[in-house]
Amino acid sequence: MLYTEKVMDHFMNPRNVGEIENADGVGEVGNVKCGDIMRIYIKVDGDQIVDVKFKTFGCGSAIAASSVATELIMGKTIDEALALTNKQVIDELGGLPPVKVHCSVLAEQALKAAIYDYATKNALTFKGLEGYDPDEDHHDHDVVDIEF
Amino acid sequence: MKQIYLDYSATTPVKREVIDTMLPFFTEVYGNASSIHSFGQEAKTVLEQSRKSIAETINATPDTFYFTGGGSESDNWALKGVMRANRKKGNHLITSKIEHHGILHTCTALEKEGFEVTYLDVDAEGMISLEALEAAITDQTVLISIMFINNEIGTMQPVKAIGEIAHKHGVLFHTDAVQAYGNVKIDVNAMNIDLMSVSGHKIYGPKGIGGLYIKKGIRIQNIIEGGAQERNRRAGTENIPGIVGFAKAAVMADEALESHREKLIYLRDKLANGIMATIPYAKYNGHPTERHPGNVNICFEFIEGEALLLSLNAKGIAGSSGSACTSGSLDPSHVLLAIGLPHEIAHGSLRLSIGDFTTEEDVDYTIESLKEIVQKLRLMSPLYDKVLKEGK
Ligand SMILES: Cc1ncc(COP(=O)(O)O)c(C=O)c1O
Repeated sequence: MLYTEKVMDHFMNPRNVGEIENADGVGEVGNVKCGDIMRIYIKVDGDQIVDVKFKTFGCGSAIAASSVATELIMGKTIDEALALTNKQVIDELGGLPPVKVHCSVLAEQALKAAIYDYATKNALTFKGLEGYDPDEDHHDHDVVDIEF
Repeated sequence: MKQIYLDYSATTPVKREVIDTMLPFFTEVYGNASSIHSFGQEAKTVLEQSRKSIAETINATPDTFYFTGGGSESDNWALKGVMRANRKKGNHLITSKIEHHGILHTCTALEKEGFEVTYLDVDAEGMISLEALEAAITDQTVLISIMFINNEIGTMQPVKAIGEIAHKHGVLFHTDAVQAYGNVKIDVNAMNIDLMSVSGHKIYGPKGIGGLYIKKGIRIQNIIEGGAQERNRRAGTENIPGIVGFAKAAVMADEALESHREKLIYLRDKLANGIMATIPYAKYNGHPTERHPGNVNICFEFIEGEALLLSLNAKGIAGSSGSACTSGSLDPSHVLLAIGLPHEIAHGSLRLSIGDFTTEEDVDYTIESLKEIVQKLRLMSPLYDKVLKEGK
């Protein structure tokens, strides 16, 4: 099998699918041409992410990475969520094939985009968003984590 | 869980009768067909019988059919062999944009050797234009290579008419008939075919064995040099079990061709119509009538092919897709792009190919499962979201 059991579990039974009405932040990355788009919604109370949902168009690992990322940040503070890396997403999934590493990057970036949206709407600044450029091309298929 | 195999275009299971025919040639008649002793001579006899059986199915004489290591080798041999041997005549080859990589990558290699290749467009149903083909012929054109039936979308080309045009201009015609052989009746003479690639594993025979029909009198170079096998044209100790199995599969396919086609077409149409009637935002790819009897290819909007395949696999259903994620590249399949599908639609492609062991229950179960899966994936998709809200 191409994927770990963990990936298949998150793909077949994705956590936190859907959208949040009146979300405090929404982030979308990827493009249809490449075949993956991730959108993450967050609900924030104080500095805590109290709800998170996602919608993803993409392959099995893109859906699994979205699912795991939302699980990892549920209930965390914004600063903790901003510290999430694609490596953690991969670890949590028990590994991803090299050609699918970009899916984990997309998940990290979709989350950052959602927090950026929240920060912009509320005129807030976060250390983890320093140097963040929302228009940067998040979609780098060449990211290959050599550890996997 | 019940396993439903709907990927017969990728490969087929080997039929019991085929295996039974092959077995003695591993352990009893295992001689080298070039040897003088009786072990060798027995192998030689069955080798030539097999060649004759296969040649008969395509209305060719035995001395025009050569065994190879499969469809890819046959494609390589036909193109490289003919172009290199006919340099004096010209350096131009015409093919199409939807060929199998066995042809396309061989063309790229030939371009590096200095040959010129024209890649014909196809229309939305995957058909080449005969006018465009004729217009592409120059005084340098040596060979036209157009596939008989496309492996992804199932479109069948007007092979006979292509051969007619080729011959009118003194050009040779090769066809990759790997998907067609065993699924449509082929007569190399009546269809104006000069060279034709076929493969064992698509017709319920073994893998790693195929053949190239080469009409008599055609100048062609060898690509596998070595011993004097295959009348000095293709070196290597003959794969006798493979050859015997291929021949058995070919004869069985030929004898049952009509009933095989009837059954497949019935199930194919039931599957395609069932899907198209129950799942919205779907596009049926390929030609409505001129197509492989077992090929169904459909794009589902708003979802991605690999996710579809994994979900189907979880329900025991095996299919394939031309999405980028399954092709291992960034782009969806060249065939889907060539018929003009935008990337986002091509990413959601699904090929289900039916074969001799497919049942009506398999088809019903697949339609039901697919309906659920597509809906589940769409509800997860941000693209479908827009449709729901804006009511496309
Ligand atoms: C149209 C076509 N040509 C060539 C091939 C290659 O044949 P083989 O796998 O025997 O090398 C295939 C199958 O993979 C095919 O579908």
